[in-house]
Formats: sequence, structure tokens, C-alpha cells
Amino acid sequence: MSDFDDLKKALNAVTPAPDGTRRKENLATALKNFDARQGMRNETRLTSERPNNGLFRGVISMLAKLQTRGALGATTALAAVGLFVFVPTLRETVTDPLVQRTKAPLGITTQVDDAAAGASVVEMDPVIVEEFAAAPLIEPTGRPMVKRAPAPLMAAPAPAAGLAIADEMILPEANTEAFANADDNPLKVTAEEPVSTFSVDVDTASWSVIRNSLNWGNLPPKDAVRIEEMVNYFPYDYPAPEGTHPFQTSVGVMDSPWREGTQIVHIGLQGELPATRPPLNLVFLIDTSGSMDDPQKLPLLKQSFRLLLGQLGEDDSVSIVTYAGSAGRVLDPTPASERDTILAALNKLDAGGSTAGQEGLQQAYATAREMTEEGEVSRVILATDGDFNVGIYDPEALKDYIATERDSGTYLSVLGFGRGNLDDATMQALAQTGNGMAAYIDTLAEAQKVLVDQLTGALVPIADDVKIQVEFNPAQIAEYRLIGYETRALNREDFNNDKVDAGEIGAGHQVTALYEVTPVGSDARLTDPLRYGSAAEGKSDELGFLRLRYKEPGTGTSQLIESPILTDATPLEDANFALAIVGFGQILRGSELIGDWSFGDAIALAQSAKGEDAYGYRQEAINLMRLAQSLSQ
Amino acid sequence: MRMNVSDESLAQAAAGGDGAAFATLLDRVYDKIFGLAFRLTGSRADAEDLVQDICAALPGKLGGFRGDSKFTTWLFRITVNATHDRRRRHASYARATEGWGDWELAQRAEQAETAERLDWLRLAMDTLTPPEIRETLILVLDGLSHKEVAQVLDVSEGTVSWRISEAKKKLKRMKEAEV
Repeated sequence: MSDFDDLKKALNAVTPAPDGTRRKENLATALKNFDARQGMRNETRLTSERPNNGLFRGVISMLAKLQTRGALGATTALAAVGLFVFVPTLRETVTDPLVQRTKAPLGITTQVDDAAAGASVVEMDPVIVEEFAAAPLIEPTGRPMVKRAPAPLMAAPAPAAGLAIADEMILPEANTEAFANADDNPLKVTAEEPVSTFSVDVDTASWSVIRNSLNWGNLPPKDAVRIEEMVNYFPYDYPAPEGTHPFQTSVGVMDSPWREGTQIVHIGLQGELPATRPPLNLVFLIDTSGSMDDPQKLPLLKQSFRLLLGQLGEDDSVSIVTYAGSAGRVLDPTPASERDTILAALNKLDAGGSTAGQEGLQQAYATAREMTEEGEVSRVILATDGDFNVGIYDPEALKDYIATERDSGTYLSVLGFGRGNLDDATMQALAQTGNGMAAYIDTLAEAQKVLVDQLTGALVPIADDVKIQVEFNPAQIAEYRLIGYETRALNREDFNNDKVDAGEIGAGHQVTALYEVTPVGSDARLTDPLRYGSAAEGKSDELGFLRLRYKEPGTGTSQLIESPILTDATPLEDANFALAIVGFGQILRGSELIGDWSFGDAIALAQSAKGEDAYGYRQEAINLMRLAQSLSQ
Repeated sequence: MRMNVSDESLAQAAAGGDGAAFATLLDRVYDKIFGLAFRLTGSRADAEDLVQDICAALPGKLGGFRGDSKFTTWLFRITVNATHDRRRRHASYARATEGWGDWELAQRAEQAETAERLDWLRLAMDTLTPPEIRETLILVLDGLSHKEVAQVLDVSEGTVSWRISEAKKKLKRMKEAEV
């Protein structure tokens, strides 16, 4: 440390003692908040149906960890115990509960507990307001998609608005890490709401973030856990497409591993893999801001792109645009076969300066337009640690811009690098708006998976705006819930509306979605049947009916695929592994609906269903489950 | 009476609702937080404000302390994050991230020798960019191990070591330029 002796001495010499008066005041404030909090906690214990379970503290610690810009607009509700937690959009220190009340989502009568308000002066995290109301179990009838951004409250029906604040509110300044998420999809009663609608999602970023957290010895923040992205990370052996549609739909039914008396409806989509892919025009838009100056970021990014370059041929072309203070095109469109030129440009990149995301983005899109010829696919690949501190003051304007470019044929994918600054919420929002995928690259192995093994899928779209709608038969199914896809929920009427944007499927991509369903007459039913409910009608040999809509890339009209879900459907291949992953995700999210199903159960199930596992992804998953099990003890 | 109890035990007790433990703990760590906040920002006013905010929010955050690190490590992490947020909130982004201190130090530099030392310090802190490097070094100089710094900043130990060697290089270069 001798190199720094002078500096240390000088620093210590200038460090003043804290002001005595303020010290006393601050300590007093802290104690007051502390006491206020105790009163509140005792109250929780009284209202909670499950005393002594540490639930409340779990919520607080979850929120304390929730350093999120996306979730600033989101609400987390544990309706089952009548406990609501708001995370209003506030960033300055707020001491006046009235201010918080005005920021509370519409549609809910906010009774801010005074003690709670007093204790919620938070500077670096979202202001936390706890509310203990006898909240009825209101289920949102639909949540706006992340991409239909500007007015989420209007898109959701009023009674549900409190729960339905979408997580897309991206603010230009924020805390260190931001994750996009929403509450668990609630249980629905088929007789009341037989139809469930959502958009597909082929992102895998959440799995990588979970892996990264676990490898560093921490359980992942609950909001970083998006179950659909976990389950979609893994390849499954689904039947290949036949016939006219670009993907094949399969449906399987099996018993639920975590709750006796319930079943799982397993929907699997397999995208076709064209024999030859069209030429690619790729514009790398690379964040070279100061925060990228980290071995896990810019150097890893360069290595990753080098891997990707190995997969491109002479018909493909590449350009590089950087954004750092001022945007600049450091490599004009170059055929991918000129490796040396491209690598030289890549190696010259240097981190420094502040981030101006938008300017770079505009230049990247202009470059992409320049490169696009008839019948070619152009894509901007934005690589960043998520720092959009300068340049984007209006995230909505930015998303509108990306949406316009998407409609003119240029897609956007986002690759996230490094932790500490990661802004998953913005990444998700931008990629979803740009019809692209968001992936998080934490190791070169992950770069290999995303950019080499799955290159074609990641870069060549085969179907746009893919929406899934399932109608359950109330004569067969009493209750159901969709596991995951919380940030992808659509309104029922959005399904047939071709103007409503949804996720894309790339070549060879797979999409997996699971419903947990409770058959009529099962002991596992959580709600009582309606005394005056009308007798359910419907064909008795169908559990439900599956509808899918998609658009061929570049077309404006959607196609419809329909198939019944039959009672005697057999489980799909690899179903147990998907179940193990989904169960693992629910444990990490702290779901109440899987009983005492544990990490151990998930490990055993995954172990039994490991199969061939050519790339070793499943073994990795089992190792991570073990790690999570140890960390949670 | 509680003087021999570890920070960690106090924190656990406080998280369980023990007000006296919380008071003892906060009294014990207050000056440390302030010192770190000052060294990170170079501004007494900012440091005072930061400590105030942290004190107010700490009761709500205690539940997040899992006891898997030292309490001070956890607390320093909160402090560092608070400085980040403060920095982001302030309008003059560029200066706030690149510059250290708000030059109030000059007022206390009455003697020429002190003034010279302060100039040198300011120069050194401004040399240590990007701010991550400065931050890392300050934490190391505060006596934290590389492992602890890694926990505070949520980066790998390798990153900490790399930043420290970068800091070394930058200071060396500055020294050479002086000669």
C-alpha cells in the first residue's frame, strides 16, 4: 500500500469530523423511524394470516434490494395476506405522506399508515409505503404490455389498475440496478375469466442474471427472476414444424409436481430452422461510456463480437457505431469477410466519457438503413451495461423512435454486460419495442450460446407479434394460473387487434409456457364454487382451446392457428425438466402457491429429466439449484 | 454494556426489533459512514446530507442485512449507492462524475503549505478517473480488503485488483508529469 501512503495521509487530514448537532438530530431521526417501524411490524403480525413467518420482513428486504428504475412504477402486491406494498415513482426524499398519496396508482384508496410514511424516507431506494388494508383479492383482468408504453393506466381496466401498473416506466435517472418485473400472475377462476392472453417471449436475460448472482454467492433479487425467461433458456425436444406455419405448436398435460390434485398444461412452440439464412446487416452500437471500463464489460464485449464474427460470411456486413459523449461511426459498413478491418476497429474501442444513448441510436439506425437491400434483414445490436444517463431524458420518445424504426424494418437487440450498473428494465423495454431479444452476457460461454450456437435464431426473425390465447373449459377446469409471463400479459381484446405489438420468434427458437390448472372436483381447489353459478357448458373432452396469432415478418395481417387442449393429452418430451426450472423460479420468487416444494425437489426432478444435455446447460442448471439451496440455508 | 457485542450481533438484534441495539450500532458506525461519504464526495455538505438520508432510511433497510458479510461492508455498500444516486440526481452530471470535491476545501487552506497539499490531493483525485477507480481506491485506503471492496461495489475481486493497479499507474503518471 506504500504507493498510496501520501494519498491516504492527505485524505485523512482533510476529512472533517461530522457536525455534532446534526449527528444528534440524525441519530434521533433514525431512532424515531426505527420505533415507528416496530409499531408497524407488530400490526402486520396481527393482520397476517401466517404469523412469525418473516413474510413482512421478506417484503421489506426485497424492496430494499429492489434498486430499480423499472419497478419504480410497478407495484408489488401480496394480495393473499392483504398486504399491499407500493413503490411509487419518487426519487427525492419525501416526508409528506400526502405527496405519496398523490403518486399512488389510480383505482386504489390509499390509506397510508402514518407510521409507515414516517419511516419511509428513503434516499437511494424507491420510497416504500406499506399499506395494510383489508384488500380484496382483485385480479387484474389484464396488464398492458411493456411495449404499449405511454399510458398503462388507461390500458388496464380500472379495478385492476392498482395491480396493473406496468413496469415500463423507465426514468432517465435511477438506482444502480433495475429489473423489469411484475407480481406473480394470480390464480383465476375459470367460470369468471376463462380466457388468458399473453405475448411470447424468447429472451433469456433473466436466467443469466440469476446465474451471475448465484455464482457470486447471493440469491438473485426476486424481481430479477422472470420464469418464462428461465424456462426458455433451455432447448427442449419439441416436434419440428410441418405444413404452412413457420412454427409447430404442441400441447401436453401432466400432473403438477408441487400440488396434489392440480395439473400442468404445457405449451411448446418450435420455430422452423431455414436451411439457408438471408444475408445479415448488423450494426453494432457499442456503449463506450466510462462505466464500461471493466473487464466484465468492454473487453468481454469485444471477445463476444469476435466470436460472432466467426459465424458471419461474405454476404453479411457489419458496421460499428459507438456512443460515448458524442456518437461516432468507427467502422463504415464492411463485408464480414474482411475480418482484419473489423477486428482492428473493434480493438480500438476505448471506454471513456459519458453516455449519450439516443444520438448513437439514431446514427446506428441511419447506418442500418444505408446497408439494407431488398430482402435483407437489418439489425442494430446495442451492447451496453445499461447506462443511459445522458441523452435520453424522455424514454417514451426513445421508445416511439425505436417503434417507428421497427415498422420500417430494422430490428433492435440488446446485449447487457456487467453487473452493478445493469439496467435490465430499460434493456427489456428497448428490445421488446425493437422486436428483438435482450440477453445478458456474463461469461464468454454465454456469448457462445447467444451469439454462436443460437445465432440464426437471435438474428433472423421467422414470425412477428406472436400472441397466445388460451380459453379454459369451465366444465373441466375450475381454476388456472399462468406461470411466468407477468411482463407479457395482454388484454383479451388485444389478441385479435393486429395493431397491438407482441414478441417475435427467431429461426429455431422455442417458446415454452406452463399453466397450472385445477380440475373441477379436485380437492386442491382454492376457491369455493359459486352457489348461484350457472352450470358450465362446453364439450367435455376438452380442457381448453389454444389460439395463436402471428405475422409473417414484414406483413401487417396476422394468421391464426387453433387447436384444442384434450383431456387425454400426454406430457411433452422433456416436460419434467421444464417443470423443474419453473418450480425453481417459483421458489426464487417466493411463490405461495407451490406449498413446501423445495430446492431439493427441483434438483431431484431436474436430475431425473436431464436427458442427453449436449451443451451441458441442464447440468449447469442443476448446479445452480444446488448453490441456491446452500445459500438459502 | 454492549460494547463487546459485535456489529453483526447488534444488527441482528436491531432487525429483530431491539431499539437499544440499533442506537448503539448507529452511534458506533456514524462517524465511519460520514468519513467515507466525505472521502467519496470531497464535500462536507454532501457528506452531511448523505448521512442524514442514510440514517433516516436505515431502519427500513436493516431487514436486508443477511449477516453474510460484515455489517460495515453492507453499510458501506449502502453509502456508496447513496453517493451514486446523489451524483446522478444533481444537474451538473459531467462535473459531478469527473470532479472530486466542490472546492470548499480551499477555504480551509490558509497556510501555503496546506494549500499546496490540497492542490496535490485534488489533482490526484481528479486523476483517478473514471470514478469507479477512485471509489475503489478510497475503500481500500479505508482499510477494507479487496474481497470486502468487491462485496461493497458488487464487482469481482479481480476487478478491484485491476482498478487498484490502474490507480497506481495513473498516480505514477501524474508524479512523472510533476517532475
